[in-house]
Amino acid sequence: MENTLLGGGGGGGGISGGMSIVSREENNMAMSSDESSSYPDESELELGLGLSLGGGAKSKSKPTATAGPWGQYARILTAKDFLSVVSTKESSSSSSSSSSVTKANNNPSCGVKRTAEPSSPPGRSGASQVVGWPPIRTYRIQSLVNHAKSPMTEEITSAVDKWLLKASLFVKVNMDGIPIGRKVDLNAHSCYETLSQTLDNMFKLSVAVGARRSNAEEQVVMTRPSRLLNGSSEFMLTYEDKEGDWMLVGDVPWEMFLSSVKRLRIMRTAEANGLAPRSHERNRRQSIAPV
Amino acid sequence: MLNYFPEEVLEHVFSFLTSHPDRNAASLVCKSWYNVERFSRVKVFIGNCYAIGPERLISRFPRVRSLTLKGKPHFADFNLVPYDWGGYVYPWIEAMAKGSTNLEELRLKRMVVSDESLELLAKSFPNFKSLVLVNCEGFTTDGLAAIASNCRFLRELDLQENEVEDRRGQWLSCFPDSCTSLSSLNFACLKGEVNVAALERLVARCRNLKSLRLNHAVPPDALQKILAQSPQLVDLGAGCFAHDPESETYNKLKNVMQKCSSIRSLSGFLDVNVRCLPSIYPICINLTSLNLSYAPGIYSKELVKLIHKCKKLQRLWILDTIGDKGLGVVASTCKELQELRVFPSDFYGVGNVAVTEEGLVAISAGCPNLNSLLYFCQQMTNAALITVAKNCPNFIRFRLCTLNPTIPDAVTMQPLDEGMYAEQLEMLSIAFAGDSDKGMVYVLNGCKKLKKLEVRDSPFGNMALLTDTGKYETMRSLWMSSCGVTFGGCKTLAEKMPRLNVEIINERDEMEGRPDDRQKVEKMYLYRTLVGPRKDAPDFVLTL
Repeated sequence: MENTLLGGGGGGGGISGGMSIVSREENNMAMSSDESSSYPDESELELGLGLSLGGGAKSKSKPTATAGPWGQYARILTAKDFLSVVSTKESSSSSSSSSSVTKANNNPSCGVKRTAEPSSPPGRSGASQVVGWPPIRTYRIQSLVNHAKSPMTEEITSAVDKWLLKASLFVKVNMDGIPIGRKVDLNAHSCYETLSQTLDNMFKLSVAVGARRSNAEEQVVMTRPSRLLNGSSEFMLTYEDKEGDWMLVGDVPWEMFLSSVKRLRIMRTAEANGLAPRSHERNRRQSIAPV
Repeated sequence: MLNYFPEEVLEHVFSFLTSHPDRNAASLVCKSWYNVERFSRVKVFIGNCYAIGPERLISRFPRVRSLTLKGKPHFADFNLVPYDWGGYVYPWIEAMAKGSTNLEELRLKRMVVSDESLELLAKSFPNFKSLVLVNCEGFTTDGLAAIASNCRFLRELDLQENEVEDRRGQWLSCFPDSCTSLSSLNFACLKGEVNVAALERLVARCRNLKSLRLNHAVPPDALQKILAQSPQLVDLGAGCFAHDPESETYNKLKNVMQKCSSIRSLSGFLDVNVRCLPSIYPICINLTSLNLSYAPGIYSKELVKLIHKCKKLQRLWILDTIGDKGLGVVASTCKELQELRVFPSDFYGVGNVAVTEEGLVAISAGCPNLNSLLYFCQQMTNAALITVAKNCPNFIRFRLCTLNPTIPDAVTMQPLDEGMYAEQLEMLSIAFAGDSDKGMVYVLNGCKKLKKLEVRDSPFGNMALLTDTGKYETMRSLWMSSCGVTFGGCKTLAEKMPRLNVEIINERDEMEGRPDDRQKVEKMYLYRTLVGPRKDAPDFVLTL
């Protein structure tokens, strides 16, 4: 959509340099457009090439075909993923494609999330998954799932749930008394316990709490369920929700927590007294001043 | 010569210029044209909300009445852009409210829209008529209530695929009894209940209603009553279509549907009982647009029966449950087809029949007018693509996603050359493709009209990024994620091109500080801008 300068009109109508540069910039930089239509993308010339990723053993592959370079690392999750047998890929590699295979697999910034051995049980660690693939809007995936006709088994539901989750959900964590904050990926956890353990480790809580703890107690703290959640520690785990209020972590179902948390704060228990557990009637909530 | 025309004449002439490129060109001719154009421009399109600021827009176009804004990069659709990245509409609405803009129409795509924004919008522009939100988020039904209550002349409320939090309010009842101006209402994406009685009354008093798309919560008997009130509908989105075929309601629906001879576009069917589909057979012959891509409940056999009656179809969106055979029926029935989208249905591996290259080839043979395609399939071959390109020379939009690769690795370029108009290409998405930097360089050189390029998980590095840095000022944006580009490469680019914002999106631990130059960049998004680095960037975005 390059803008070409039309020849000026006759006579004295020269083009004033400063103005036209600005307006040309604006036209080019900000306002070169698509034709307006009710579907904004419609008139754009658009090409999308998605080469994917691993295939079922039943694909009709031609002799020259190469199996997905990403092999079993990425494909649409199927119910078969959750059986303990994994289909081994037979890759008929041609010489030119094998180099791209290796390259891709060694590419550290490749978006593939590799997880535990394929034969591990279903659940979060049971299958691998590429973020945002295939390229379908979350809205559409959710809609199909919600209106599915076939009965959804546990494995299938969890597979789809994983599909719907964003790649990572990093939120800030600050701890009272420590100036530098950290970040934690909430999507790497499926329950409060593991999150709390991670935070324990991250902030070395058993140590940070100070000289009052002996080494023996340190050991015990590590193996027992995290004290952040049960109120027995000097610190409490709190979070700021989307409305800006600070809540105690652990009062609502995990998924609800994920959808409303903005950031975490490990707060001294003394200060946390003002917090009320989250209730469904928003009026009755108390909040304390955030960090 | 033209300088001797009074400005009113110029203005009148310009009123026939509706396309943005034409208007942009006219504004550059001379100062007088610039001024006339700028005071007469009514519709403005901003493809990237960070390319320019709202104040500057308003000062140049004080009489703007319609604004279209796009926010997040396209890959946000697939969860590749973090939640808080940006794209807020509030500053735009605030600036226009302060500038007393006479805003009548606002169309947003991939932007964050808060309830406060909607409230401000509803209260600041007395002539506001049309709100179209596509793939936006951040608002609730409370915001919709504000629009319904305050926009006295509202004609269009079109919500397409947004994430809307349902507050169980009564937003539909907020349309006052005096509201009779609605011509388009689309709330198919809302997840919650609506006040059905209020909906029926609203439809009854809006005699100009042409487009109505309901969500799943509108029950069958309400649908029947609504259609009885509005036989003038041109576009219908049926949410719930799961009647009991033996019921009186269904009987009434059948009768009413026959009278809806104006319907040209049909969509929805989120919940469907296939035994009720015959009720729409009478209108099939008139349909030019059919979207059944949200209707997994309609099996291939039923789909085919339906489509067989839709001889005038120009646009078809379906699930791959239709299968290759079904596509063959489409090819032999829908001779006027221009746009086809085939979406995948199998997310849970029950072994549904999918489509292959055969289906696409059949379509291309039967539908020579095909110019827009989105096709998810199990496999594709080069030969098939070549055939398709030969059969359908008019493609303006082509998106293909194979779920099993059989294309050799030179795929990025070769099939495109064969009859695909790469020179006309404005947008290109590349994923898991290409061998080396050369591929990307080839694209940047060959696609002269390229506006948007987005690449993920492909081995393109600094060489490709830096070969032609001037190119990026001719484009709207470039996205690269999980490629070979390094921090140092991005820095070099940013230093060279001050009118680009080069954003590094890095969600990992803050404590790492500034990364090493040799470190690969997880996600990079760059775009041309006149207003420098944006001030609302979250802390995980570093603008170089």
